[in-house]
Amino acid sequence: MTTETVNESLDESHDDEHHDHKMTGIKRWLYTTNHKDIGTLYLWFSFIMFLTGGALAMVIRMELFQPGLQIVEPDFFNQLTTVHGLIMVFGAIMPAFTGFANWLIPMMIGAPDMALPRMNNWSFWILPFAFAILIGSFFMESGAPNFGWTFYAPLSTTYSNGSTAFFVFAVHIMGISSIMGAINIVVTIMNLRAPGMTYMKMPLFVWTFFITAYLLIAVMPVLAGVVTMVLTDTYFGTSFFDAAGGGDPVMFQHIFWFFGHPEVYIMILPAFGIVSTIIPAFSRKQLFGYTSMVYATASIAFLSFIVWAHHMFTTGMPLAGELFFMYATMLIAVPTGVKVFNWVATMWRGSMTFEVPMLFSIAFVILFTIGGFSGLMLALTPVDFQYHDTYFVVAHFHYVLVTGSLFSIYAGAYYWLPKWTGHMYNDSLAKWHFWCSLISVNLLFFPMHFLGLAGMPRRIPDYALQFADFNKWVSIGGFAFGLSQLIFLAVVIKCIKGGDKAPAKPWDGAEGLEWTVASPAPYHTFSTPPKID
Amino acid sequence: MSRGNQSWLIGAWLFFTSLFSSSAWAETQLNLTKGATAVSREVYDLHMLALYICTAIGVVVFGIMFWSMVFHRKSKGAKAADFHESTKVEILWTAIPIVILIAMAIPATSTLIDMENNDDSDLTIQITGSQWKWHYKYFDQNIEFYSVLSTPREQYENQNGSFEGNGAEKGENYLLEVDRHLVIPVNKKVRFLITSDDVIHAWWIPAFAVKQDANPGFINEAWTIVDEPGIYRGQCAELCGKDHGFMPIVVEVKSAADYDTWLNEQHALIAQAANAEKASLSASMSKEELMQLGETTYMAYCAACHQPTGLGLPPMFPALKGSAMATTGKIADHIDMVLNGKNAMPGFGKQLSLKEIAAVVTYERNAWGNDTGDLVQSSDVNAASGSK
Repeated sequence: MTTETVNESLDESHDDEHHDHKMTGIKRWLYTTNHKDIGTLYLWFSFIMFLTGGALAMVIRMELFQPGLQIVEPDFFNQLTTVHGLIMVFGAIMPAFTGFANWLIPMMIGAPDMALPRMNNWSFWILPFAFAILIGSFFMESGAPNFGWTFYAPLSTTYSNGSTAFFVFAVHIMGISSIMGAINIVVTIMNLRAPGMTYMKMPLFVWTFFITAYLLIAVMPVLAGVVTMVLTDTYFGTSFFDAAGGGDPVMFQHIFWFFGHPEVYIMILPAFGIVSTIIPAFSRKQLFGYTSMVYATASIAFLSFIVWAHHMFTTGMPLAGELFFMYATMLIAVPTGVKVFNWVATMWRGSMTFEVPMLFSIAFVILFTIGGFSGLMLALTPVDFQYHDTYFVVAHFHYVLVTGSLFSIYAGAYYWLPKWTGHMYNDSLAKWHFWCSLISVNLLFFPMHFLGLAGMPRRIPDYALQFADFNKWVSIGGFAFGLSQLIFLAVVIKCIKGGDKAPAKPWDGAEGLEWTVASPAPYHTFSTPPKID
Repeated sequence: MSRGNQSWLIGAWLFFTSLFSSSAWAETQLNLTKGATAVSREVYDLHMLALYICTAIGVVVFGIMFWSMVFHRKSKGAKAADFHESTKVEILWTAIPIVILIAMAIPATSTLIDMENNDDSDLTIQITGSQWKWHYKYFDQNIEFYSVLSTPREQYENQNGSFEGNGAEKGENYLLEVDRHLVIPVNKKVRFLITSDDVIHAWWIPAFAVKQDANPGFINEAWTIVDEPGIYRGQCAELCGKDHGFMPIVVEVKSAADYDTWLNEQHALIAQAANAEKASLSASMSKEELMQLGETTYMAYCAACHQPTGLGLPPMFPALKGSAMATTGKIADHIDMVLNGKNAMPGFGKQLSLKEIAAVVTYERNAWGNDTGDLVQSSDVNAASGSK
């Protein structure tokens, strides 16, 4: 894209300081309607949730370090896996992306703020309550939800342990928060683009969030519907998912995965946007195939609505259903492949340097693609009968969610930290974070492929002896990966407190309006819109 | 090679072998099993085909990427080219993957059609999952039985308490062994009808490439023809609550002659049990006998939820120690609960004999200091079940 800014946007930002109107202390954060403050809140919240969910994972890996029941009871083990999944999906990955959206979309499209700032405040501040309820259920007599993050009925209804109502309420709040955040993103992008910024001139980052927001608006109400049916089945005597009353437990899975599959793209499309921003910057070359990237993203979003039952091949679908969902799922490989090829073509004959954001982006491309390969294998129905509900699946979705989504979040965080804090991060500490994470994450998740192929089911607290060796390695990798993330915390705190002063545009290949304002970005930017040619 | 080098290598080797000390490296399986049926071999081939294709694509794509990372770096003086789109290239790399996908979809489709053909079976067995055991019922044979994990609790509960000690020595088929195997004949098409009594379970034997969900209130079909007699092991594959990790599946495949012998044995055993049931009605057992049988039965069928201590895991699984049900409550209600169940509590009328139910009720009313002194006989249980 050719984005050129009028100089005055930079000049203007200098004398912004005197009309900030920001409150001091806790009130600034409670009452804020500023997109940058809310972005910061989202990012910190998601990191705290990431460490919390990670702590649960550490206990899971301690229990699985060797055969036998060592430290937790089987029922508590199920609570750990359930809450780990819910926290990582709804508490860590999704809010982190909303944080990026808040900080960057207005600056990238030359808008002064999000279109609906008060709703923005609300959509963040209900989140801590949702997670307080969810995590608080650990301390109730019944314990936390123990039916897996997918909460299949009737395990989550007739056979649940009494905390289902809290789980349902927490999910409702998370859903409302996501819907509000998504509406805000859509309204902002449609209405507040700077004059001259047509849709096809928007940065790809903005495109991916735009499409993701539509996915959220489409499927979050479906999740709300299904948890409500779980609630009434559990407490009000309905039989949506109970055959004895004319219902069907498999219908639960259809409704859940109609939400659930678009949900996984909600967690990866923004990652594509971040990586598509960073790879061109450090290859010093424009993104290859911008238009095809937009269409590929839209195709993936469309396909995400017609593949949900590939999570359910073993539920006893008719042959025609299995074939349809197998073919549709395999098709996703095409637009996803286009994306990977475009990234490689962007690097090809570039002039590359390997700063930490680029390192995480390259790791993303390779490791996400490995997760994509196992996804393609899982799409083949006959073989899925063998892979389904084993550690092969666990390996697959951790490759796309951890080395995919999470690595893109790290790449983006390092890339924009100078803009957010006004300081450069400590490069050697950041490199330690990258290399420790890269090595340990593969030790953690790669052997899970072997465990799954050898026949280890997921969600079990104890296992047969032939799985012992790999589980030991996986646990060691898990502990190392967990510890490595504390390095990131240290980098961020150091970067906020000090470090080399960051110029307005610290990366020579970076493009976009956010680099035309000072670092750190002034409290108010683009009060008068920039002009785009 | 110098001596120094050699000792370093030996040291490294010792370090790595020590990491694998818990079991021999040779036992560790890396890849999917080929299994013991024509279908499972087809599935294996499909898996390998997909794996090779993915590996080949990975080598090409990552190869180009690494080439670029090595040769097109700024530190080597690389100047960025300025190409940034090509419709031709985009069409090319959309079309090639589609061709590859079709090449994978064709064998996948034919295998799938094969797997879903449930016609012309020689034998039908109904499989019912429940928390946390399997029930097998042979059609037209009047044979049915439950199959429960047989690994002793001491082995998985690490009862000597130490983290390193591993409790009791773990057996060869730790967590993959059951009290009664499902027995099927070799080279016959066996059809499975799979369902559940409570939550969703999944019946999975990797060697047959059969994995099918057991849905409460619905019946799923699957089939297999096994070519080799032997013992095949699998596990429940769908999260089904607390003891999901503790409901293995063991299938014993027998030659036609051995299978017939087994059938005859089963019929003889059933006749014997019926006689014993009749005899127990008129017999009266002593408290010692009842308590002894009661304890064994309790440990096998009740302790998973209500715990060996009788304390349960409230609020999901209530305590029996000191509970109204097992002390001051009416004996008839207690028998009714064990026979027919209520909510999450399953009924045991079908799976336990009159004698066992009488013993377990007696045990629960007298163990852990409940000391009611009540004795329950088979005839009491028979009366209660008859009145229903």
